[in-house]
Amino acid sequence: MKKNVFSRRQLAVPYAIFLFLFVIIPLFVLIYFGFTDENGRISFANFLHFFGSGKTIGTLLYSIVIALCTTIFCLILAYPVAFFLAKGNFGRKQVWIMLFVLPMWINFTLRITALKEILTVLEGNLAYHPFFNTVLCMVYDFLPFMILPLYQALCKLDNSLIEAALDLGASEFQVFYKVVFPLSIPGIISGVTMVFLPSMTNYVVLDMVYNSTYIMGSLIGSYFSSYDWNNGSVISVILLLMICAVTLLSERFTKQEQIEKKSVLK
Amino acid sequence: MKKVFSLFWIYLVLLFLYAPILILTVYSFTDATMIGQIRGFSLHNYITLFTTPELLQMIFGTCLLALVVALLSTLLGTVGAIGAFYSKKSTRSVIELANQIPVVNADVVTGFSTCILMIAFFRIRKETYFPLVIGQTALCAPFVYLSVLPRLKQMDHQLYEAALDLGCTPSQALIKVILPQIVPGILSGFMTAITLSLDDYFIATYTKPATFDTISTYVVNATRGSQTEIKTALWALSAIIFVVVTLAVVGMNYSSEKSEGKNR
Repeated sequence: MKKNVFSRRQLAVPYAIFLFLFVIIPLFVLIYFGFTDENGRISFANFLHFFGSGKTIGTLLYSIVIALCTTIFCLILAYPVAFFLAKGNFGRKQVWIMLFVLPMWINFTLRITALKEILTVLEGNLAYHPFFNTVLCMVYDFLPFMILPLYQALCKLDNSLIEAALDLGASEFQVFYKVVFPLSIPGIISGVTMVFLPSMTNYVVLDMVYNSTYIMGSLIGSYFSSYDWNNGSVISVILLLMICAVTLLSERFTKQEQIEKKSVLK
Repeated sequence: MKKVFSLFWIYLVLLFLYAPILILTVYSFTDATMIGQIRGFSLHNYITLFTTPELLQMIFGTCLLALVVALLSTLLGTVGAIGAFYSKKSTRSVIELANQIPVVNADVVTGFSTCILMIAFFRIRKETYFPLVIGQTALCAPFVYLSVLPRLKQMDHQLYEAALDLGCTPSQALIKVILPQIVPGILSGFMTAITLSLDDYFIATYTKPATFDTISTYVVNATRGSQTEIKTALWALSAIIFVVVTLAVVGMNYSSEKSEGKNR
């Protein structure tokens, strides 16, 4: 009997080795390259170069601005959709949500090409509005990733809470901002993390709409094309740290939410 | 009034999501070289798409790569999930943590770190396709793992014990009892892996051989160039992918609805 259990456990070994070799080790190699110079000597010059140069800090700020705008517009567009689909009385919810998620399955470069062709006709020349076009294309690309988690969070929200609030005399607006909105925060957070981080790094969108300003991802791209592994690694490490921070924060926040919800129910 | 507004908003967002693809699909059946031109019906773009060797190779290569990567990740992720599920809690949480890294990481960083490990550190040649396949598998396998695990949790565990008591060897019990119960998870993991590989741009650019192109890298390069012939042929490709994806999603929903109906 003991032997059987053991044999099932052994199945984890190949996957664990795979993850170790191709997920964990690459991160250490990144850190190694980030903290050494071309000759393999330990140095902090790469990091100093990043934080000491106005240009790279500008890039960081520009990507944060792009990501913020993208996230906010996605949220504005997606929240009502998710709310109406989850709480409105539309028949066949599955079909509706499928319609909103379907574009996720089409290659993103082809979808952006489609939007780009339309924008070219509307604007004449894409180069006149680089910032607007970038944000618009990013919203177009990432919108389904915002709608889905919001919809799932709002579906879980108990309708009787809304009814109770209405019965107790809350106005519809009060119901929204005192009941619906707070309870949908976990969905908002997971949507925001799914949109914010990719829009800081997906420089292909900028390339495609001829926006020549750099975001964080473009830095990695340009260091890659000049075989500058060390500086590329520095950017990757910085991005990794940001991703870690955001993930930990969001996990903590959603866990806290769950605890609060549980204590309310008790 | 409220219903009117909500319908208005829903249709507005749907219009935003679908109008570009639909307009491009319509234009792919004409001779027009730009949106807005009014030209007659023509299959010109489709003929170009299916007769240009460069385009055919790129489409075929992308599909083959997606298939290889998806099969490899499904195998690794499924076996890994079964193994991790029956491992000690500490082992499992370590695997789960490592599994989470490619899921939350930015694709650029995943691609660049794979490239650094394989090409800068171990000096494996890109022409072997090894960095490309492994890089994409490292992205896709964790998603397979995540879609198989819930199925394992829902499974009836006494069945496995029963199979052993009735004389199955552990491997027989695994294949005949556990595997059939997690098939839906494996299938959805496989589909996710296919889409991720088809959609991937960053890992591909950083690790692919110079002569090989996936749809993503090809399209991005094509937008930099100004070959109208290729540009409009890609419209036809978008139209085909749009139709295929729609049919696949509708088909999957239909079949899952049907099987749910049966279960009731």
